[in-house]
Amino acid sequence: MTATPSPAASARGTEVRLTDLTRVYAGSVRALDGFTLHMAPGEFVALLGPSGCGKTTALRLLAGLEDADGGTIEVGGKDVTSVPTNKRDMGMVFQAYSLFPHMTARQNVEFGLELRRQDKATRHQRAAEMLDLVGLSKQADRFAHQMSGGQQQRVALARALAIEPQVLLLDEPLSALDAKVRSQLRDEIRRIQLEVGTTTLFVTHDQEEALAVADRVGVMNAGRLEQLASPAELYKNPATPFVAEFVGLTNRLRCTVSGGVATVLGGSVPLLAGSAGDGPAVVLIRPEGVEISTAPAGSGSVAGASASVVSASFLGASGKIVARLDASAGGGGELVSVQVDNTDVTAYAPGDRVILSPRGDAALAVAVS
Amino acid sequence: MADRPVLTGTRRALGGFRPSGALAGVVPFFAYTTVFLLIPTIVVVVGAFVDGSGRPTLDNIAALGGSTSSFLPALQHSLVLSVVTAVTGAVIGAVLAYAVSTARPDGMLKRFVTALCGVLAQFGGVALAFAFMATFSLQGFLTVWLTNLGIDTGSSLWLYQWDKGLMLVYLYFQIPLMLIVFLPAVEGIKPQWREATETLGGTTWTYWRRVAGPILMPSFIGATLLLFTNAFSAYATAAALISQASPIVPLQIGGTFTSEVILGQENVGKAMAMAMVVVVALVMWLYAWLDKRASRWLVR
Ligand SMILES: Nc1ncnc2c1ncn2[C@@H]1O[C@H](COP(=O)(O)OP(=O)(O)O)[C@@H](O)[C@H]1O
Ligand SMILES: [Mg+2]
Repeated sequence: MTATPSPAASARGTEVRLTDLTRVYAGSVRALDGFTLHMAPGEFVALLGPSGCGKTTALRLLAGLEDADGGTIEVGGKDVTSVPTNKRDMGMVFQAYSLFPHMTARQNVEFGLELRRQDKATRHQRAAEMLDLVGLSKQADRFAHQMSGGQQQRVALARALAIEPQVLLLDEPLSALDAKVRSQLRDEIRRIQLEVGTTTLFVTHDQEEALAVADRVGVMNAGRLEQLASPAELYKNPATPFVAEFVGLTNRLRCTVSGGVATVLGGSVPLLAGSAGDGPAVVLIRPEGVEISTAPAGSGSVAGASASVVSASFLGASGKIVARLDASAGGGGELVSVQVDNTDVTAYAPGDRVILSPRGDAALAVAVS
Repeated sequence: MADRPVLTGTRRALGGFRPSGALAGVVPFFAYTTVFLLIPTIVVVVGAFVDGSGRPTLDNIAALGGSTSSFLPALQHSLVLSVVTAVTGAVIGAVLAYAVSTARPDGMLKRFVTALCGVLAQFGGVALAFAFMATFSLQGFLTVWLTNLGIDTGSSLWLYQWDKGLMLVYLYFQIPLMLIVFLPAVEGIKPQWREATETLGGTTWTYWRRVAGPILMPSFIGATLLLFTNAFSAYATAAALISQASPIVPLQIGGTFTSEVILGQENVGKAMAMAMVVVVALVMWLYAWLDKRASRWLVR
């Protein structure tokens, strides 16, 4: 049978408002420093950022496992800032080892329902639905040590969802798994979330993971939210240099800014809001924002910057060429990554002379100090 | 993936027949058990059923239960002493182990306590008895100090009684032993289990009763049984502290080997030793039974 999520959960998830949260650890580490995040009902938000930027702290504050030193937490319009964890109705999935080892998968899933004093028949049925939802009906009677890491995380997910939580919280739930299982389970988490409709906060340091699953991605840096936007928006219109560099591969190229346009690689690039003003700057250009062509024989001049190929790699769906700009009066010598179609990879070999030019996608420029 | 639980499969294989080549590695182990365990046990068991001149007899066994025999009271004392010091030591030691586990893992406190307990758990025998006498006896420094302060400590005879002084002295090594053997189990507790319990709606009480308690129980009972046998078979500490009588079985056995009164008395000692072996074997069986129940979910 297929799982039928309760209408309450699927029709509308819960709205979450984290406002101006601050958390200072002993030793004056400001793990969160004016952190504000608003999640729409049923939304899947991924918190992305480098290790130590405060992602886990934000999640634990929302779960009530950690107390805020400042700011408010509202869930479903109610202020829960000082409500204890066990009254908050949060489903939590940890990185690893969170299953109770002395209980079977089924007993783990039933545990939260038991604490809610649901009768045996209801519990059994709900646990069966949940295990079915995560594809583990056959493993219901196994103990944690009899399951793989991926299966254990599925059970943990089923256990968290069984209580029909207001919010589902996942703290790097995939980082202990190997690559193949990781991407499989990632897609499955998204499928399940869409099915049950629970508002979800997913913490990860892996940008690919964040961009692949979330409705919106919040990029964190040093205890603050730098930008909260859809994956596409984040990639195309990064609000800050930190976001531009953290999300996706980026070339940092010296340029001259004048009137909202950067001159680089012998061409011009329109600049995003928040870019540096007139003067010398560094422009952050994606590998797919650079065009590459074989340099014509002879000395005929073509628009673009000349460079020589350092490496050409086949990446499956696409290909990547790395080329070094020729030294020139302006400096040069920088390495530039260029994304090409996978069929074009073989057209370039190390040492080949090439011409690089900007495609003209808007980019962000940072003033050089 | 196979549907059969992984662990069961492994256990079967271990219990089943193995090619003889695989046995070569365990020869030293068998030699060791034969020399130090099997042969003494056979000597004791055989000796328990023969008289002074080697003829089979049940007299040694009968002598244990005779109305003039002091064996049954001694056995009772030994059992009470072992149960009380095992349970008390286990409870106090477990609480201390938990306290130590909450300290910073790399901190001084933890290293100091575990090192100290390592010493104390082995600090039995004559040295320990002497330390206690030097502290609590009539001339002991604590007694003298309290007397100087005008506090009457009364008689210090309690120190030499099996159900008072001896119990206290035994706790002195039982508690540290518990701390050492139980600490790994406590440290195996994952913080996520408590947090998962809380997010699922449980309280601290729920956590201890439904999660941490059941997870720790097999280790706790196993450690308590270990403490029991540790106290039950301890000899040197009691021998050094109690010289006037033989209120517990190990002292009685020792007595039969040094007494020259009756020929064949030695074999009564072997009968007593056999009774001890039976008690310890019962405890081991209990342990194995509990272990089997727990190993459905324990990972080793
Ligand atoms: N319990 C704690 N005590 C002291 N400092 C902590 C504690 N937990 C986290 N921190 C610090 O707070 C910062 C943010 O940590 P965390 O939220 O775990 O980051 P992330 O999950 O993004 O890697 C880090 O500098 C970390 O060292
Ligand atoms: Mg973290």
